[in-house]
Amino acid sequence: MLSSNPFYELSTFISPAIMQGYVILMVLLVIGGTILDMMHKKSPQYFFENAKRAQKDAKRTLSGGEKASLAVQTVVNEVLTSSEFKRIRRRISHLFTMYGFVIFVASTAVLIFGYATEADAGIWPFLWHLGALMLCFGGYWFWFFIRVDVSAEGVKWYNFNGRGDVFIVGLITMPTFALLWSATLGSGSLNMLFFVLFIACSTVLFGTVFWSKFAHMFFKPAAAYQKKCIMADGSREGLPADYDLTDPAVQAKFPDIPEYMGTNPPNMGPGYSAERPSHY
Amino acid sequence: MPTFVYMTRCDGCGQCVDICPSDIMHIDKVTRRAYNIEPNMCWECYSCVKACPHQAIDCRGYADFAPLGHSVRVKRDEEKGVIAWRIKFRNGKKDMDLLAPITTKPWGTAIPKLSDVPAPSQEQRDSQLLFNEPRYIRMDDGDIHTLKSNGLKLVEGVEGYS
Repeated sequence: MLSSNPFYELSTFISPAIMQGYVILMVLLVIGGTILDMMHKKSPQYFFENAKRAQKDAKRTLSGGEKASLAVQTVVNEVLTSSEFKRIRRRISHLFTMYGFVIFVASTAVLIFGYATEADAGIWPFLWHLGALMLCFGGYWFWFFIRVDVSAEGVKWYNFNGRGDVFIVGLITMPTFALLWSATLGSGSLNMLFFVLFIACSTVLFGTVFWSKFAHMFFKPAAAYQKKCIMADGSREGLPADYDLTDPAVQAKFPDIPEYMGTNPPNMGPGYSAERPSHY
Repeated sequence: MPTFVYMTRCDGCGQCVDICPSDIMHIDKVTRRAYNIEPNMCWECYSCVKACPHQAIDCRGYADFAPLGHSVRVKRDEEKGVIAWRIKFRNGKKDMDLLAPITTKPWGTAIPKLSDVPAPSQEQRDSQLLFNEPRYIRMDDGDIHTLKSNGLKLVEGVEGYS
């Protein structure tokens, strides 16, 4: 099952051109939804105004090289490894979901545009199934246990709140029905039912970008980059500095530190931040 | 002024929801970001501001410690065991830094083992002092200071006593 190309079977009654047209339509829906979302939330305006405000408080100007280095750091840390998440299980779940989604979407595009009429598609069918499984693992973990409605707000896992959940529900149902469709190939109406549900769920996922939080994958890296810039240029959004408690200058400025904590304070451990927020 | 959330910084982790003593920090159902559902009921205790791992929550402090229009930001670093404050006045010139310890021992290492402590005697039970009341509260070797023990009485309608 994992190495068979499901789109080859599909091409017997749906032409590859229609499949390709559907993929292009989904891409256009994502682009359109994201642009509408940006216009509605005025996120670019917010970013530019915030950047201007930060420039006023900046203690130094960042060079082009530094900005490029910060951009690379943002890609490596915040984008590729989701370092922004402080909770390890949330980070792992997000990584599974993100990489599963990327692998699933990329392999779908390759299979439809390159191998729709070929039974042997190399490693791509395996990647398609792997991406779907990763997406399901990360997505269901998030839905049942990690989702903040469940973990902090005391909401039951089966409470669907509409716009807030449309993204994650689309994200987990799409690969679920894709896998069921692939697993039931050749079993007639049941297989057709799963295919229709797969298409319906993917249309909901990609067609509701304006209403869902799909667009976060575009503005979150921008926010992370800006956060790095304000820390590097010294403006820090008014936040206090990160003090080195062993620095004699810090100890001279704040004598309470050496008096109560000694000149070389130990690491105090994670404290209450080690606990998950579940005391509602 | 009550707390407010920088939406681009918040990742909806729920730490502020967890810690808010007024239970007014909640997660927006659509954006999945925290927000203050009832600003009128926020007493600016700064619990959420300190608990936020992304410093996404801000609060404009009262005018009694800096002129209005100032910025008060706080960063609680549990691993270092300190809390840092920065107060910037609206004229942009006065920029104050404060740093204070919040613990002197690693977290969780100084939890009193109450099960090993002997049960209070009848005299302790009858006393007005709470269990494990620090001795410095007593001010003397006797019981705590009260209006009665000091020969004072409460005057109705007046905030004080004679």
